This record gives sequence, C-alpha cells and structure tokens, in this order.
Amino acid sequence: MADTDREDEELFTEPSGTQSQPASLSTEDVSANTNGPNQDALFDDDPEDLFAEATEEVSLDSPERDILLSDGPSPAITPITPPTSVIAPRIGHTHDDMFTHSSFDEIEEEEVDDSFDINISVSDPEKVGDGMNAYMAYKVTTKTSMSLFKQREFSVKRRFSDFLGLHSKLASKYLHVGYIVPPAPEKSIVGMTKVKVGKEDQSSNEFVEKRRSALERYLMRTVKHHILLKDPDVLQFLESSELPRAVSTQALSSAGLLRMVNKAADAVNKMTIKMNESDAWFEEKQQHFESLDVQLRKLHISVESLVCHRKELSVNTAQFAKSAAMLGNSEDHTALSRALSQLAEVEEKMDQLHQDQANADFYLFSELLGDYVRLLAAVKGVFDHRIKTWQKWQDSQILLQKKREAEAKLQFTNKSDKLQQAKDEIKDEIEEMEGRVQQDERDFEQISRTIRKEVGRFEKERVKDFKTSIIKYLESLVLTQQQLIKYWEAFLPEAKAIS
Amino acid sequence: MMMTEENEVESTLSVCGHNIQIAEVLKDGEMLSFLIVSQKLSGTGEYHVHRNYDDFEWLQHNLFCQEDVAGIQGVIFPPLPAKAQVNTAAKVMKQLGFLSLGEWQPYCKALEVFLQQVAAHSILSKNKAVEVFLTNPDSPGKQKVKKNIFNRLSQAVDGMRKEGHKDVDDFFQTARDHNLVLTNCTKTVTEKLLEVVQTEQKIAVACGHFSAALLLCVEPGDDPNKQAFSKVCVKLSEVFESMKKSTTGVSENDVSTMGLGLDLESRYQEAIKEMLFRRTCKLVELEHARRNAEKAKPVKKAAMEELRKAAETEFEDISRVAKEEITRFEAVRVKMLQQAMVQWCEKQLLTAKECADQFTQHLEVFRGMNFK
Repeated sequence: MADTDREDEELFTEPSGTQSQPASLSTEDVSANTNGPNQDALFDDDPEDLFAEATEEVSLDSPERDILLSDGPSPAITPITPPTSVIAPRIGHTHDDMFTHSSFDEIEEEEVDDSFDINISVSDPEKVGDGMNAYMAYKVTTKTSMSLFKQREFSVKRRFSDFLGLHSKLASKYLHVGYIVPPAPEKSIVGMTKVKVGKEDQSSNEFVEKRRSALERYLMRTVKHHILLKDPDVLQFLESSELPRAVSTQALSSAGLLRMVNKAADAVNKMTIKMNESDAWFEEKQQHFESLDVQLRKLHISVESLVCHRKELSVNTAQFAKSAAMLGNSEDHTALSRALSQLAEVEEKMDQLHQDQANADFYLFSELLGDYVRLLAAVKGVFDHRIKTWQKWQDSQILLQKKREAEAKLQFTNKSDKLQQAKDEIKDEIEEMEGRVQQDERDFEQISRTIRKEVGRFEKERVKDFKTSIIKYLESLVLTQQQLIKYWEAFLPEAKAIS
Repeated sequence: MMMTEENEVESTLSVCGHNIQIAEVLKDGEMLSFLIVSQKLSGTGEYHVHRNYDDFEWLQHNLFCQEDVAGIQGVIFPPLPAKAQVNTAAKVMKQLGFLSLGEWQPYCKALEVFLQQVAAHSILSKNKAVEVFLTNPDSPGKQKVKKNIFNRLSQAVDGMRKEGHKDVDDFFQTARDHNLVLTNCTKTVTEKLLEVVQTEQKIAVACGHFSAALLLCVEPGDDPNKQAFSKVCVKLSEVFESMKKSTTGVSENDVSTMGLGLDLESRYQEAIKEMLFRRTCKLVELEHARRNAEKAKPVKKAAMEELRKAAETEFEDISRVAKEEITRFEAVRVKMLQQAMVQWCEKQLLTAKECADQFTQHLEVFRGMNFK
C-alpha cells in the first residue's frame, strides 16, 4: 500500500522539508504539542548524528515536563501529573539526558501491586461531515479498576488521525530507547475515499469494521505495555474529551514505520556498521526474528487464501440454494417439492454460517498474523536502534581520542600567548567528551537491557495473544458445527417424509 | 457363446435384478475394468464377471436394436454414463461431473443403477443380451456398433422444430412441458452443487497448507516462552488438520449422496426427453402418413393406407408404453431422490457430530494450556 501522506481521512498538507532527511532516522516531523522532543532540536546540523533529536528528551518525573506540557498553542491539553504512587521519584539522576530509564526499571518491579485490569473497546463508527472533508469518528470506551485513571468507565470520541498522532508521539519517545511500540493500523486511500463519498455498500462497511477492529487491537496492545500505559499521551488519549488535532503530523503509520526502519537500515548499511557483537543473545534473536517474519508472512498468505475460498463457498452455497428452490417450485410431487424447498432453506442458512466462518478466519487469524508481521517490523526497528546507539558510542570514543591526541600535540608546541587558552579549551572539550562517552556507553547498555526485557515480554504476549485468538476461533467452530447439526436434524424428517 | 442379432427369442433373466453389484473397479491402463456380481435366482451361488465399458455399450446397443418389440420406442432407457477418460482429469470432470470424483465409486454406483434398472425392466430384461452380459464368463467383446434406429436428439436435423410440435394428448403435452422445465432445473442444481464441492476441496487443501506451515514455526530451545509458542503452533496445526478432514468428509458426502442422486436424476430426465421426442417424431410421421393417404391418387391409395395404418399402430403402441413408463418412472424417481436426500442428511449429520466432538476436544486442550 503506497503510503502517501494524503491517505488520512482528510487531506492535509505537511511541510515539505520533513521528507528529505536521509540521514536523520526515526520520527518524521512531530507535532509541537506533544511532550516529545523539542521541535528545534529535531534537525541538527550534523547529518551524521542520527540521534540529534534524542538528546532533548525529558524524563517523566523531571520538572521540565510541566513546562513542556503547558507549552504550545492549544489550551486543550490537560497536563497530566504522573501517578506518583507508581513512579518512584528518582530525581538524583541527571535531567538533561534521555529518559531516566532506571525509573522504568522501578516501575517494572512495582508491577505486582497494581494488577493489570483494563479493557478498551472501539465502537460506534460515525461519519462526521461531508464530501472529502468527512471523517469517521470512533467511540473509545475504557473500563478499568486501575488507580491510574480518574474514573472506572469513560468514553471519548476519536478519529483515525488521533490514533496515528498517538502512535507518532509514542514512537518518537520510546522506539529509540528500545521499547517495542505497537504500530498503528494502516492508512488506506481507497477505503476512506469510499466512505467519504458516501458509498453505503458492503465493502465500505467491511472496511469500517476492519478498521474499527484494528484500532481496538492497537489500543489494547499499547496499554498492555506497562510503560506505555502510563504515558501521559496515552492517558490523555483515553481520558481527555478534546484532543488537539495532530495537524502537521506525518503520522507514523505502520507503512511509515517500515519506511523509517528501512531508511535506518539503509543508513546503517551505508555506514557499514560492523558491530562487534559481544552478546550472542542479540545475534541469535535477530536471526530468530528474521526467520519468524518469513514464517508469519507465509502463514498470513495461507490464511488469506483460506478466507478467499470460504467467501467463494458462501457465494456458491447461496447459488445452490437458489437453484434448489427453483427445482422445488417446478416439482409436481408435493412432498418432494417441500423437501427441496427445505433443502434450499438449509443451504441458505449454511451460506450464513460460511460467511461467519470466513469472518472468524479473517479477524482471528488473518488480522492477527498481519498485526504480528507489523509488530516484527517494530522489533526489527529497536534492534537497529541499538546498533546505532552502539555506533554513536564508538563515534564519541573516536572523537575523544582525537581530542586527546590534539591535547598531546599542544604539549609540544612552542609557547605562545594563545597556547594556554588553547590548552584550557581542549581540556574542557576533553572533559565534555569524556562525559559524552560515558553517557553513550550507559545508553547502549540501557537499550540492550531494555530490548532484552522487551523481547521477553513480546514472546510472552505472543503466546497469550495467539492462545486467546485460537480459543475464540475454536469456540466459533464448535458453535458452527452445533448449528449445522440443528439444521440437519430439522431437515431429516422432511427428507424421510417424501414417499 | 455370442448371441447374434437375428435371435430375438425372449428369455427370463436367471439372476436377481435389484441387488446387482459392482464389487470392484480396476484401472487397466487407460481403461477401467469392473467386477460385476449378481445373485442366482435359483437360490445358491453368484455370478462373477469382468466387464469394461465397451461391454456396457454392447449391452445398451442390443437394447436399442429391438425393432420388433412393440412400442419399444416408448421405453425410457436407463441412461448409461459416458465413457470415463481415465487419465485426463480436466476432460473427465467436464464430461462426467460428479461421477469423475470419489475414486470412481460414484461412477460404479451409476453403472450399478443402470444394470439394476435394466434387469428390473419388464421389457428390457427379456433381451438375451442382458443374461449374457451378467452371466457369461467371457466378455461380449467389441462388436461393430450398428447404427441404431433411434433418433438421438442431437442427431436429429430438424430436432428443434419437431420438439415443439404440438401434441394431441394433454397427458403428453404436460409431460413434455414439465420435462423441459425439470431438465433445465436439475441440470442447474447439479452444476451448482458441483461448484460447491469444488470449493470445499479447495478449502481442504488450504487448511492442509496452513497446517503444514504452522509446523515450520516451531522454535527449538529451552526458553519457556519459545516452547509455549511452539506448542501453540503444533496444536493449532492439529486443529487445521481436523478442519481439513472434516471439510473433505463434507465434500465426499456431497458427492456420494446428493451429487450422485442429482446426476442420476439429470440423466434420467434426459432419457425421458429422448423418449418423448421419439414419440413426437412418430406423431409427426403419423400426421404425414395421414395426409399422404388422404391426398393419394387412387393408384397409390392402398399403399398409403397401409403405411397410415402401420404408423397409427406404432404410435399407439409407443404412446401406451410411454404412459406406463412415465407413471412407473415417477415413483422410482421420487424414491431415488428421497434416498439421496436422506442419505445426504444422515451422513452430513454424522460428520458434523464427529467434527463438533473433535473441535470441542481441541478447545479443551487450548483452554487447559497454562503458561507461566
């Protein structure tokens, strides 16, 4: 699916400058209304510095956060204070660097107290507006007993671009530090245009349902992540009655994410990073995910073919039913005629069963597999980020080395007026570089730790996810068979009564 | 010992007609060979004979050629299925439809029904060829097929025109009109069911593929999450294997009961159509002969009168036989369709119950899966 940025429900233009930044990876232009990276810092002058925008991140519990939150033109943002009961204040660490991840470690350890109890449903799609400016509004209902939220049950209205905006913010904050942020559902020009134009046919209804389901799964996956759940943007998305419009967002849809990952991968390849992998775990995992990706795609194709045939069966069954009804009408023998009509009715009911089955095949498997293929792209993304983090660390080390060499050179030059000044300057620079190197090393270790945990979480979730879907599927299969049995049992006496 | 065409002596069949069986079918190169078993009427013993399609054709040809049996053209000849082109799957499907499926079992059943109907027919069973076919250890062999006297619809030059020729008898006009409608409806139903069956087969194949692909997702290692996922994949693979089996079962039931039944009904409607057409042709011939007799000059008058009388007698004989046949066949046909529908329903019911049990078992397995 071509991901042009005109695919959202409304056609909004975005600044042209954002698209052609080959060396700057990760998030494209991010709305100034988020508490994500500061806009100005996004596009550093240094094209090699892939992490330009990363340096301005602010930790959740730092005082800068409030300033950022109240920043921006829209008054609609409700500043959300972090739930202090969960996040232990760790203000001892430096504030100017990336998120203080150790605070996240604390969150995970305290997980046990606040049990995960939240259910989100997306429902009641409603068309708002007319023509090409129309959009679909969805009701997002949250039911929860967690203290994180103000109420136990509440609803808000959201549109597709809101979801994409949410994902964009989360991706910009968490992806590059190793968290697997669930990708947002795909954009679709064709699908939305039909809806806008007002075609009330089956295919546009199917499209809306497919999207509704995808949005629901997206939100559930996001809140299942204990870190993301507590993110102020997520809380705001779920609770706030009004959300500032993600105006200049090139929202990071799955396709966008994939593009970003590919760009990053290209950048990595261009730099020919040959990382000295000291940790075999990462190498093994990467290979493992690559082969899993291949398998899942195969499975996805297989299921799509199954769905297709099932729909075909439904059509054929309906036609068979019609022809049997016609035969019944032409039949003179009364009992035979009635039996044939009954047969036609049974077949019509079976047609409905086939359609239901096709839906089950689709929503429980096809979409599940599709979701996981997209999730794996996010997983791949964090692995690539780790490599880049490592590279940054290496670069800092090289730079430090250069400066030390420069200092050494200065020792042997003739004394001159400017010499002392130069020596002082370089001493300061070296000190700064040493700090940078240390930070970069810490970042690398942090992202490695985070990824390990995330992968563990992903693999655990995967099992639960599949098991849940499979159980639902089997339940639907059993139900179908039971209904079939009912239909056949009702038909049997009719057939026997013929002569 | 071969019977020649001149010897038209009537005989009674020495075997029981209604339980003739085709016990075995063997593929002999490009041809199929059938083992036909019939019970001796005299009490003990069976006849076992081997026949191929050419033998069936020989039999049918003999039945068609009984010129001196009064009203023979009014008989609804039990339809013989087409010859099976064994090695070309696409052609044979087009030609035989349902009979090409199910490992030749439906095809054998169709041949069986043919023989049973012939042997049970009051007129046809008297033909010596039937006895020879069923009891003679040697195959009747390939005999040059004499052009039979019956006008096949497809060969009739002015078939379309004659087909629409108005009848003199309400019974037959109704029968012809009704047959036309039924023939078309039955053909359509048969085609649609065949499409359903073909799609069911595609689904079974897709389930098989999915099942196999799942096994490729098994991940080696001690990691408990990996093991859990592998287990899920293996068990899900079993689920889809079950789905494949159940869909295959449903499809086989469709073929062996309703499919076969509709195919039989369809070919019988065609046989009735041909019989009615023969009679209509005879009617046209008769009306022609009457006009000739009327218009004939005194010289030819006597000869024309002879022809008219002969035509009238023939037409009356045919109509008489035809009426009996139609009435008899109506009962047979209703019974056949009922049997097909009941069997279909019972088999599908059984398959559905087995299926429900299997899926319930799988469901229990998954519900019982507890992962840390």
